[in-house]
Amino acid sequence: MKTRRIGAIAAGAALALTLAACGSDSGGGSGSGGGDSKGLKIGIKFDQPGMGLKKGSDFTGMDVDVAKYVAKKLGTDEGNITWVQAPSAQRETLISTGQVDMIVATYSITDTRKEKVSFAGPYFIAGQDLLVRADDSSITGPDSLKGKKLCSVTGSTSAQNVLKKVPGVNLQEFGTYSECVAALASGSIDALTTDDTILAGYAAQEQYKGKLKVVGKPFSTENYGIGLKKGDTALCGKITDAIKSMISDGSWQKAVDSNLGPAGYKPGEGNPPTPAACS
Amino acid sequence: MGDILSKYDILGAFWVTIQLSLLAAIGALVLGTIVAILRVSPVGVLRFIGTSYVNIFRNTPLTLLMVFSILGISFILGISLSQDLSRNAYWWAAIVLSVYHAAFVCEALRSGVNTIPTGQAEAARSIGLTFNQSLTEVLLPQAFRGAIAPLGSVLIALIKNTTVAAVILGTSEAAGLLAQITENEGASLPTFFLFALGFVILTLPLGILFTNLSRRLAVKR
Repeated sequence: MKTRRIGAIAAGAALALTLAACGSDSGGGSGSGGGDSKGLKIGIKFDQPGMGLKKGSDFTGMDVDVAKYVAKKLGTDEGNITWVQAPSAQRETLISTGQVDMIVATYSITDTRKEKVSFAGPYFIAGQDLLVRADDSSITGPDSLKGKKLCSVTGSTSAQNVLKKVPGVNLQEFGTYSECVAALASGSIDALTTDDTILAGYAAQEQYKGKLKVVGKPFSTENYGIGLKKGDTALCGKITDAIKSMISDGSWQKAVDSNLGPAGYKPGEGNPPTPAACS
Repeated sequence: MGDILSKYDILGAFWVTIQLSLLAAIGALVLGTIVAILRVSPVGVLRFIGTSYVNIFRNTPLTLLMVFSILGISFILGISLSQDLSRNAYWWAAIVLSVYHAAFVCEALRSGVNTIPTGQAEAARSIGLTFNQSLTEVLLPQAFRGAIAPLGSVLIALIKNTTVAAVILGTSEAAGLLAQITENEGASLPTFFLFALGFVILTLPLGILFTNLSRRLAVKR
């Protein structure tokens, strides 16, 4: 009986400790407002090769490079950046509750989103495209999708788009793109559709190198912006300047080549973009 | 809020949720009863099969089973239930939900069987009933009546677990549509609560019904 009680106390203490650890963790970071020189909390994707990918404790990708460059211009060293995972569905919430200072996570600038957050940029113009097997020449664009098996992510903009463009297309929807890519490589699916940047990232992955290719005929325009707290024009201005200098000093091109280049991907029309003025 | 209701077919999505729940509930009840019979049967091999079934499916995450049904069984083994991919996913979702919850139905029924005093089974055998007869005439009717409350819990869990089907099913079902609305309109609490309310409307009356049933049908001993 006694040992059991001691065990319960120990468990309770351990629980309290972990809770306290969580509390102090977020407490320490919350002191840094937007543009603070001490530290920055930046939301990125953790699971998209080529754009934002977590490998062990390292982060790689186009979004990560842009974020690092912008942070440097804001006076924050790489070591002082706290990377926060920003899944698509949580991006607005993360910004409005102040859990991140900015979000660089394949975040398309749209009017609906502008009602909730402010955007700096665009820093990249992507477009919806198709990923097919390297030896497949029958798919050349959305018009040749009739009778083909297509894959995308449940409820994503790309999935809705393609359903509008090619009514009645045979579409399989999965929870993540990784499942689509696996099915595509094994030949069960004929094409995968989403932003060409994400597709290029998958095609450049070690295990798929040479097996998959991006069709290269984008049929939508996605302006990737950096999401900020709504109305923070001061920070927005600084970030816009940082993006401009990144493009002009060649770092932008370098980031594109190293992250998306291995798959033979060339940025589409309009790149490098001119960031819009902050409003 | 109003424009979300008019722009998206939320009722339609919940109708698919209800369809999946009904199909899976029937499938799970039939399959679960069979597995429960295996688990209480006097033959060792059958008991082993029943136990293995429960241990395998009760301990495998449902999401994994869902994805495996499409990526593994449908795509690699080539066992498709329809040429149309979303139809195929729909039927597989119903099957996976049945198979998964059958393990829980089986355990609920077995707990029902365990409420019956052993003397009854012995009495049934001693008056000359075969295993089948004692099962269908004596054990199962009482087991079902004793297991009503846990069966109700399984059904409620099943209805909520249909949301897991979103990982293969796309936007035709409630959780998938919620993902789409979040993608288009941004995450908002009212939308979230609307969907939560939908599930409460589906499950709360069932909970009350099963509690009542379990009280009325309980075997008086």
